[in-house]
Amino acid sequence: MFAYTAAHDVDPAKRSVVFVHGAGLDHSWWGLQSRYFGYHGFNVLAVDLPAHGRSEGPALTGIGEMADWVRKVLNEKQIKSAALVGHSMGSLIALEFAARYPQAAERIALIGTAYPMKVGEVFLDAARRNDQSAYDMETIWGHAAQVPLAGNPNPGMWMYGDTLARLRRLAPGVLYADLAACNAYAGGLEAAAKVKCPALFVLGRRDVMAPPKAAGELAKAIAGSRTVQVGPSGHSLMAEAPDATLDALIEFFGA
Amino acid sequence: MAGPKYPGFDTLALHAGQSPDPATGARAVPIYQTTSYVFRDAAHAASLFNMERAGHVYSRISNPTVAVLEERMAALEGGVGAIATASGQAALHLAVATLMDAGSHIVASGALYGGSHNLLGYTLKRFGIETTFVQPRDLEAWKKNIKSNTRLLFGETLGNPGLDVLDIPAVSKIAHEAGLPLLVDATFTTPFLMKPFELGADLLYHSATKFLGGHGVAIGGVLVDSGRFDWEKSGKFPQLTAPYAGFHNMDFEEESGTRAFLLRARREGLRDFGACMAPMTAFQILQGVETLHLRMPRHVENTRKVVAFLSSNASVQSVMYPELETHPDYKLAKQLLPRGCGAVFSFDIKGGREAGRKFIEALRVFSHLANVGDAKSLVIHPATTTHYRMSDEDLKKAGIGPGTVRLSIGLEDAEDLIADLDRALKAAK
Repeated sequence: MFAYTAAHDVDPAKRSVVFVHGAGLDHSWWGLQSRYFGYHGFNVLAVDLPAHGRSEGPALTGIGEMADWVRKVLNEKQIKSAALVGHSMGSLIALEFAARYPQAAERIALIGTAYPMKVGEVFLDAARRNDQSAYDMETIWGHAAQVPLAGNPNPGMWMYGDTLARLRRLAPGVLYADLAACNAYAGGLEAAAKVKCPALFVLGRRDVMAPPKAAGELAKAIAGSRTVQVGPSGHSLMAEAPDATLDALIEFFGA
Repeated sequence: MAGPKYPGFDTLALHAGQSPDPATGARAVPIYQTTSYVFRDAAHAASLFNMERAGHVYSRISNPTVAVLEERMAALEGGVGAIATASGQAALHLAVATLMDAGSHIVASGALYGGSHNLLGYTLKRFGIETTFVQPRDLEAWKKNIKSNTRLLFGETLGNPGLDVLDIPAVSKIAHEAGLPLLVDATFTTPFLMKPFELGADLLYHSATKFLGGHGVAIGGVLVDSGRFDWEKSGKFPQLTAPYAGFHNMDFEEESGTRAFLLRARREGLRDFGACMAPMTAFQILQGVETLHLRMPRHVENTRKVVAFLSSNASVQSVMYPELETHPDYKLAKQLLPRGCGAVFSFDIKGGREAGRKFIEALRVFSHLANVGDAKSLVIHPATTTHYRMSDEDLKKAGIGPGTVRLSIGLEDAEDLIADLDRALKAAK
C-alpha cells in the first residue's frame, strides 16, 4: 500500500486528511493540494487504492470495500480520526466511510461527485474490453471541453497527456473494476443520511461526467452541507482549477 | 453512441496551450516580457515555491508565453508536458543531465548532427559521461553495447548526413528490455511527419530553430516527455526515484510517476543550468508552429520534385533520400514515415570539392548558410565549410564525400528551385 505523505511522518498531535483519487487515477492527481496540507500542519495520506499508482493489486470491486480499506489504512497508521477528501469515485468512498465509521470521520469533502454515479454502457463496455477508447473517454469526458485548447495552470503540462499516461499504466481490468463500482453503488442517500460530520461539495460548472445538478440530492441529504461551484472547471477540478479547489478546502478545514 | 473525439492536429497547432488573454481578451499569445511575477502575499509566495500552488515565479523556471509553446508541443507530440530551452543542444544536454551522473554511459546512433556528436563524444566525456556510437541499423550493436552503467539510448528520427531512418520500434524494444529509455531528436520529422512516442520512444526533443519555427528567425529547443517510462520499475534512476537534497529532499517519482522527469528537469535543470527559452523566442516559434500542418506537406512536395530532378541529372552522382528505392531504409521509411521523409537531404555532385564549390556559388534562390528547416531553401557543402579541414578519407568515415551537398528544401515555387539547381549544376562542370 502506498500513501503519499508530503515527506512527513504521521504525528498524532496533528489533524489527519486522507485524499482519495478517482477511477483509474492515483495519488499524484492531488499533487498541489496534498502538498499544501502536508506542509501546513496536517498529516496527509494521499492513498493509491490497490492496483493503482504504487499500490499492489488486486483492484477492489465495491465502494464499501474501498471505504473499509481506507479504514484499515488508518488503523495501520494508528490514526483514530481523519478528514476524507475524495474525487469522483473517491468521493463515494469518502461518503461511505463517513457513514460506516462516523467516529473516524472528522469531515468529508466530495469533489466532482454525483449520485447516482452511473457510467454509460459504451464506456463500461470499452473498459471491460480494456480498449483504448475507454481511456480516451475517461480523458476527454474527465475534463472541461476547453481544456485541450486552453492553458494549463501547471506551466508546460498537457492535461490530456498526463491523464492518458496514467491510465495506460493500469493493469487490465482495473479501470473497469472502478467504473463498475461507481455504477453499482446504490447506497448513497442512505449513507448521506448517516453522515454526522461537516461536508463540503466542490463541483465543476462544466463537469460533464458529474454535472453539478447530479450532486443535488446528495447535498440535500447531508444536513448542513456546503456547496462550492467552480467555473469554468470540468471534472478534474484539482488540475483544472487547483487554486479554487485548494481555497475551498482551506476554508472548509479552517486551515 | 459514438465516443468523444480529440481535437485534430491542425486545431491543436493553432490553439493548444492558450485561451484568449483573460486580462485584455487578446487572441494572439501575449509576450509576457517579464522576468518575475508579483506574489499576492507571503503565503502565496511560499506556496508557489513549495509547489503547493501552480503559477510563475521567475522566467528562468517558467514563463506564460513559453508555457504556451511547451503545452502546444506536448499536445502535438502526445506527451505529458514539455520544457522549452535556449536551443536544441540545450534540450539534449538537459535530458542527459537530468537522467545521469558522472560514470554513466549512453549508446547513441553514429548518424548524428555534428553538434550532438561533439556534445556526446567530447564535451560530456569531460564530465564523466561516456558514449558508444553504433551504426543505427545494426540492432545487435545497440544491444551488445549496453553496459551496466548505460542510462540512455539516443538517435535521430532521420539521421545525419544520409537520412538513416531510425527503427524506433526495434531500438525502443532493446532499450526497454534493458530498463532504459529511448530519446530521439525529432527535428527533421516534426510531429507532423512522425509521432515517435507512438512508435516506442520515451523522450524526444526538437531544435525548434528548424521546422517548428520554420522561418530562420529564432533559436530554441523543446524537450518533451511521453510520461510512459516507468522510472521506479527500471531501478536505474535514483535521480528521479530517491530524495534529492538539492530540492527539499523531493522524490520526484513519488510526487508523480508520469511527471517525474519534467519535474526534475525544470526544478533543477532550468534552475541550475539556466538554458531557458526567452518569451519573445517562444512567440516567434509559435508563429511557425501555428502553420506547421500547412508548411510540412509543401516542404515534402517540393522536396520530392527536387529529388526527382536531381536523380535524373547527369551531373549528380547519387541522391540520398529514403523515398528512393536506392536508399537502404526505403521500406522502413514507407512504414514509419507515410507522410514523407522531410525536406533535408544530401546529394553527391560529380567533380568533387571544386565542383561543389562552384555549384554553391552559382545558386541564386538557395541560400548558402548553416541552417535547415527554413521556409527559404538552403544549401551547404560540408567539404568546403563545416568539414573543410577533413581529408577525403576522413570525410568518407563521416559518411560525407568531397562532393556531398546538403539541401533544405523550402516553400518556394518548385520550378524556380529546379531552375536554380539546373543552372548551378551546369556552372559546376
